Amino acid sequence: MQATEVSAQATEVSAISLRRPNGIWRNVRQPHLRLASGLAFRYIVLVCIAALYLFPFAVVLTTSLKPTSEIFSLPPRLGSDHWTLDNYRAALEAMPFWRYLLNTAFISTVTVIGQLFSSSIVAYSLAKIRWRGRDALLILIVATMMLPPQVTMIPVYIGWNKIGLTGSYVPLLVPQFFGNAFFIFMLRQFFRGIPEELIDAARLDGATELRIYRSIVLPLARPALVALSIFAFMWAWTDFLLPLIYINDPQQYTLSIGLYSFFSEHGVAWGALMAAATLMSMPLVAVFLFGQRQFLRGIALTGIK
Amino acid sequence: MAHRSVSRGLLFASPWIIGFLVFQLVPILASAYYSLTNFNLFQDPQFVGLHNYQRMASDELFWKSLFNTVYLTVVGVPISLAAALVAALALNMRVPGQWFFRTIVFLPTVVPVVAATYIWRWLLNAQYGYVNEALGTFHLGQPLWLDDAIWTKPALILMSLWVTGSAMIVFLAALKDVPEVYYEAATVDGAGAWSKFRHVTLPLISPVILFETIIAGIFTLQYFTQAYLLSQTRFNGASGGPDNSLLVYGLYLFQQAFVNLNMGYASAMAWVLLFVALIGTLVLLRLSRDRVFYAGD
Repeated sequence: MQATEVSAQATEVSAISLRRPNGIWRNVRQPHLRLASGLAFRYIVLVCIAALYLFPFAVVLTTSLKPTSEIFSLPPRLGSDHWTLDNYRAALEAMPFWRYLLNTAFISTVTVIGQLFSSSIVAYSLAKIRWRGRDALLILIVATMMLPPQVTMIPVYIGWNKIGLTGSYVPLLVPQFFGNAFFIFMLRQFFRGIPEELIDAARLDGATELRIYRSIVLPLARPALVALSIFAFMWAWTDFLLPLIYINDPQQYTLSIGLYSFFSEHGVAWGALMAAATLMSMPLVAVFLFGQRQFLRGIALTGIK
Repeated sequence: MAHRSVSRGLLFASPWIIGFLVFQLVPILASAYYSLTNFNLFQDPQFVGLHNYQRMASDELFWKSLFNTVYLTVVGVPISLAAALVAALALNMRVPGQWFFRTIVFLPTVVPVVAATYIWRWLLNAQYGYVNEALGTFHLGQPLWLDDAIWTKPALILMSLWVTGSAMIVFLAALKDVPEVYYEAATVDGAGAWSKFRHVTLPLISPVILFETIIAGIFTLQYFTQAYLLSQTRFNGASGGPDNSLLVYGLYLFQQAFVNLNMGYASAMAWVLLFVALIGTLVLLRLSRDRVFYAGD
């Protein structure tokens, strides 16, 4: 506690020292010592937090690279005397991993395309076309986010079942072309920041709404569209419930369902399971590291107001 | 002109409106109807009035699953949001290379939930797991976690602490919005770090905390995947864990609908969930009325 106060004061002092007399006074005494100890304290806190969050990753990676005999050693330890890729080989042999990867990539890509078009055009209507009733529609869209999916899940399943489309990707993909409340809201927030004068000028020049949407709003909204793409891709990639309900044919399994059935069949083969979990997570970790900025900005954009 | 823009607005919004009608409004009405029937997918629904709702009252597993979910919501949500806020405060400190730490704290949130859950099954393994190893190092108790009915839900909450990234980012954005001058003024008044947090930071970000609490509460009421996979047994789907301690509401509803094919009963359960979520949200808004501070725009 003591240290926090010191470090907090250190910044405050350095920030305001030019403006406030007491700041200058304090600053004169031991500025460097205070700043340095504050900084060291901050790094210690941050390194401890980071270690907690990283530890499970270290466990997964090392477990996946150890022979079974060492995985079940007491006490457990992270190191190994016999690093090996056997678990990865076992995981790839036990399940058609590449098939699952392809299926998952297909579903995720179609989801991104569907949401990019549908959510953005609805968001355009809510942000840039002035019409009576659009505020009511916005409230309705936000309200649907509160609805537990369990309420609609059963009748929707019964509906797909009636027209014989359960057991295919259709129930997973078709809804993606009708927009998603969360994405619409996120894009609407972003579109509102695009200057109205730009759009009115285009309207005066006789541009149609479709043209304004396509050639002005979409190009300017690229960061938000990237954020949407990453979100949609990740959600589709990790979804468990819907593929569990709709997919029966092992040839159509996604990675989530594939990993789930791998556990069903092989249970405590922890080495191979951790290898498979690593393989499944890597594409998403890569997507995240690649598009971090937009992604985090997207969360902040929808999280507030 | 006004008339034309209404039709234009509707036209551009039509994808969502059509989707809403087909995938939400009609299903909601259908669900209300199914909840009053016995329906197993193969025969036509049989109207039974309020029977499904009456049956719930005497269904022990229903109450158990409701208890489990309410436990996770009431105990788990505050804990995981507090963790997210602490992480956000730490990640809001000004140090060179801060982005690196933010990336690390967010990283677990992008791990697919199926992979993350199996990772935690391994970490929480009573005998070979690292969590108990760590507890043992500090001479603390080593619960059986997933094999002990009392510890399964704390295990689930512990797991949720690892994936607080989204809430953390939202809190971080809120913290950045707090004007620097307020802190400067507090410093002049001689406020320490804790009193600055308590009297400046907390009131100013309270609307965001309320928002995140509602969102996290609604998501937790729908909890399914993690409980399903933590109680998954070989060849047999989800067992609900020892003494059904992991049979959360979403899991029991799923079993009724897609394992037992009691579509009517499951629909009635979905409506009860909707009401629980609504009442919970209203209670939360009411409780927070005097505690949330809204700065004028």
